[in-house]
Amino acid sequence: MGTYSQQFLQQTVNLVQLGSIYGLLAVGFSMVYGIARLVNFAYGPIFMVSTYLLFFFGTLMSAMTETAWIVLVFALIGASALTALLAIIIEKIAYKPLRGAPKVSVVVSSVGVGMALEYLVLSFIGPNPHRMPTFVGNSRYTVGGVNFSLATIIIVAVAVAAMVVLNLYIKKSRTGIALRAVAEDGLAASFMGISANWMISVAFILSAIMATIGASLYGVAYPTFNPYFGEQINWWSFTAAVLGGIGSVKGAILGGYLLAAVNVYSPMLLPTSSWRDVVAFGVLIFVLMIKPAGLIGKKRIEKV
Amino acid sequence: MESVGNRKPGTPALHVEDLRVSYRKIAALKSITFEVHKSEIVSLLGANGAGKTTMLNAISGAIPVESGEIRHDGASIKGVPPHRIVQKGIVHVPEGRRIFADLSVAENLRVAAYLYESKRKTLFKERLEFVLSLFPRLKERYAQAGGTLSGGEQQMLAIGRALITGGDILLLDEPSMGLAPMLVQEIFDTIVKISQTGKTILLVEQNATMAMEISNYCYVLETGLISFEGEPEVLRQDNDIASAYLG
Repeated sequence: MGTYSQQFLQQTVNLVQLGSIYGLLAVGFSMVYGIARLVNFAYGPIFMVSTYLLFFFGTLMSAMTETAWIVLVFALIGASALTALLAIIIEKIAYKPLRGAPKVSVVVSSVGVGMALEYLVLSFIGPNPHRMPTFVGNSRYTVGGVNFSLATIIIVAVAVAAMVVLNLYIKKSRTGIALRAVAEDGLAASFMGISANWMISVAFILSAIMATIGASLYGVAYPTFNPYFGEQINWWSFTAAVLGGIGSVKGAILGGYLLAAVNVYSPMLLPTSSWRDVVAFGVLIFVLMIKPAGLIGKKRIEKV
Repeated sequence: MESVGNRKPGTPALHVEDLRVSYRKIAALKSITFEVHKSEIVSLLGANGAGKTTMLNAISGAIPVESGEIRHDGASIKGVPPHRIVQKGIVHVPEGRRIFADLSVAENLRVAAYLYESKRKTLFKERLEFVLSLFPRLKERYAQAGGTLSGGEQQMLAIGRALITGGDILLLDEPSMGLAPMLVQEIFDTIVKISQTGKTILLVEQNATMAMEISNYCYVLETGLISFEGEPEVLRQDNDIASAYLG
């Protein structure tokens, strides 16, 4: 096998790993937009806080047991619960009072919340990077000259499982159908006895859980983090969600993998990796020129 | 005002008293008083913009009330939010049907059982069977997206959904709007059938002739006030009213 095609295959493995994380994070971003029609730019900072929570719970659990999967499961449960609580508090304080206000006000509010979270973490914990405890051993496998790590396999498996479960939940469960009803027509849904306020909280909870699972997987792949790294996640999640069609779960997943492909392949073809983001956003603009609602997004008539 | 005729005595199922509703300081309903008794079909008639839809929205809690009172079986329901009004057995079938276009017919019906689905599965099944026997067309379209249904089928779905919530007072807003005459007849026949199962119906209609045919009692709304009330026969005989408000 030529080195170029081997490199291509190796990058494809990276693509699948990165795409699974992006897809999962984009689903969390898209979810809130789908139900509450709200572009939540506090999402990246929430992801960042979630990473710190995972770090604390992980460190705490590591002191009690050496079994890695127990550490991971308990860290995930603890961090998910607190992240969900944080997301609900943010919704009640910063977004709910602005319902009915112009959308721009809500966007500004979400940016403000994001900055507040960042500075809170900065002032309490400081700017120094931390390192996530090791949840997954570093076993490696080689198939046909392409390297797989156990971490990659676990990242992809967990992300895909989370996306499949979420999709089934939204498609089949009582709450999932109610969520979709509220997404379409909140008033008509309330005539069926569904509280739109509660469904918006549910959307924030699900979004927080996706962010936390995403944060744990991201932490396995890239263990070093600091208070600023939520910003980048914000843009990647937002871009992937818009690329696929914001509000759509499947669109977000598709957008996540597409964005990962751009990220992974463009350094192979371009002289410097600093062109990567230019290409990524170039693709976004190109897709939106052809399909303004995203790859599988639907054109929606905004209701007054 | 005309005489009230021989309506049932006792506490009305729905009692609206001196109700005032405004949009941006402009009164849409000025002082509305009317009542609906159990198992009656009562029509709110009147021209476009008279305040009929506003009246239903006020009852179901979709818009705030400025003053006055709304009572259900004697108890105030003023200011109760829409998703709690349903729990009291009052269900609003809104103007334009507002079915969930991306949800299938099956899901549209299932979401209407949201409040009790997990606890009382057999109740849902019973109500679903009743709705599908009332509207066999919905059975044929069961897996289709709500948005692909024709206007008449969407109206059936909207009424079906309301029945599945289990409400015993139905607020029907313009069920005949945009439907072919044959379908209008079919929908009105169904309303009578539903009423015969003991449900109470408050019907808002521009199609006054059809509405009067099935109603026990009528109120005519004119720019936020009730200008006439009485049994449909009386209303029909009063040529002035008939020509002025009912076309």
